[in-house]
Amino acid sequence: MSVFELIRKDFLLELRRKSVIAGLGLYLFSLIFICYLTFNLRVNSINAMTWSALFWLVILFSVVNSVAKSFIGERKGVLIYYYTIASPQQIILSKIIYNSLLCLLISVSGYVLFSIFIVNPVQDHLVFFAALVLGSVGLSTSLSIISGIASKGNNSNVLMAVLSFPVVVSILLMTIRVTKNAVDGIERAASTDEILNLLAINCIAAALGYILFPYIWRS
Amino acid sequence: MKKLWWKILAIVLLVYVHIGGLLFAVPRLRIHETIRSLYFHVPMWFGMTFMFLISFVYAVRYLRTSSKEDDIRSVEFANVGLAFGTLGMLTGMVWAHYAWGLFWHGDPKQVGAAIALLVYLAYFVLRASFENQEQRARLSAVYNIFAFASLIPLIFIIPRLYSSMHPGDDGNPAFNAYDLDGRMRLVFYPAVIGWFFMGLWITSLRIRYRNINEKISETEL
Repeated sequence: MSVFELIRKDFLLELRRKSVIAGLGLYLFSLIFICYLTFNLRVNSINAMTWSALFWLVILFSVVNSVAKSFIGERKGVLIYYYTIASPQQIILSKIIYNSLLCLLISVSGYVLFSIFIVNPVQDHLVFFAALVLGSVGLSTSLSIISGIASKGNNSNVLMAVLSFPVVVSILLMTIRVTKNAVDGIERAASTDEILNLLAINCIAAALGYILFPYIWRS
Repeated sequence: MKKLWWKILAIVLLVYVHIGGLLFAVPRLRIHETIRSLYFHVPMWFGMTFMFLISFVYAVRYLRTSSKEDDIRSVEFANVGLAFGTLGMLTGMVWAHYAWGLFWHGDPKQVGAAIALLVYLAYFVLRASFENQEQRARLSAVYNIFAFASLIPLIFIIPRLYSSMHPGDDGNPAFNAYDLDGRMRLVFYPAVIGWFFMGLWITSLRIRYRNINEKISETEL
């Protein structure tokens, strides 16, 4: 089994269970709609910091809901089947790539919904999309691995929240900062430090996941 | 580690630090006499970082050896590291009360340290949620490595990106302009070394206690 086949399998499974994708979309939509209603955003203007923080919180909650499923909730038999056909490294790589793509999809559609219902204040689109890509990859990498750990525990849903939020905080803080810079349209040199930091965090998370996943998987 | 000299060294150094830290003259800079907090607050974070580092090393070793002793060492170093971190937080809050007027100021360094402590609290929650001992040891070792990897940006990188009122904002929070005074170094370095040995001592006692408990429960079976 190659990594590509595993990713293809994940996509096929997701497309077949249309209810999951639809549910996720609806979840995202209702989160954004609630933000729109509660903040009364059409009337009041919103500043760059609040917009970026709100945007990433919405993305975080949707992603936690979708990525958490990558190991939690799989049946025991299915896991044993994967164990026999693929190496742990292939499995974690395929999960990370698949989840990153899914997360990117969520954040892009979140962006579209935000611009429809709230506002689209982004001035520097290149930096904004760099933040989107790096943030999505970072969130899904760390959440995939945490989900692997949490799925072995007794109370995996609570465990997922407890374990993941402190770990993703540094990624979130960086992406919110970059997003704010992009919204304000500040010169790009101001965001390069954060972008490089994000890149470094992503590399560390991916490398740790790649090295450590065999220990999580074995049981 | 069974030798006596480093335990005596720890006691002597800490007695010296507490006397010297309270009585020796300090330079009158922006933060006046509260600069003495450097002798008591900063060594806590040094101690925490060392303890978490050692805990991380034993977590890596556990994944290679799968021996129960490495797991116990890793947990106990994390435990004592957390105690150091909590003390560092409390001493910092007392200082902030006098220097900034508030116990909790929401300063980037305070927030980063608080999140780092949360990560390690989550480590203990994770340990509590497994019944199988081998699985608990293995998965918590993996999480320990993650926790240490997220500790570095939280404590060392992110606070430096934000402007902060914490002393040492323009560089290293521990060795900055305030510390350049040679007299302060004479107390500060012994404090770091003394607390480090004290941490080792506490941890070694806890490890011995845990090992004895394990043996007792094995013989009872």
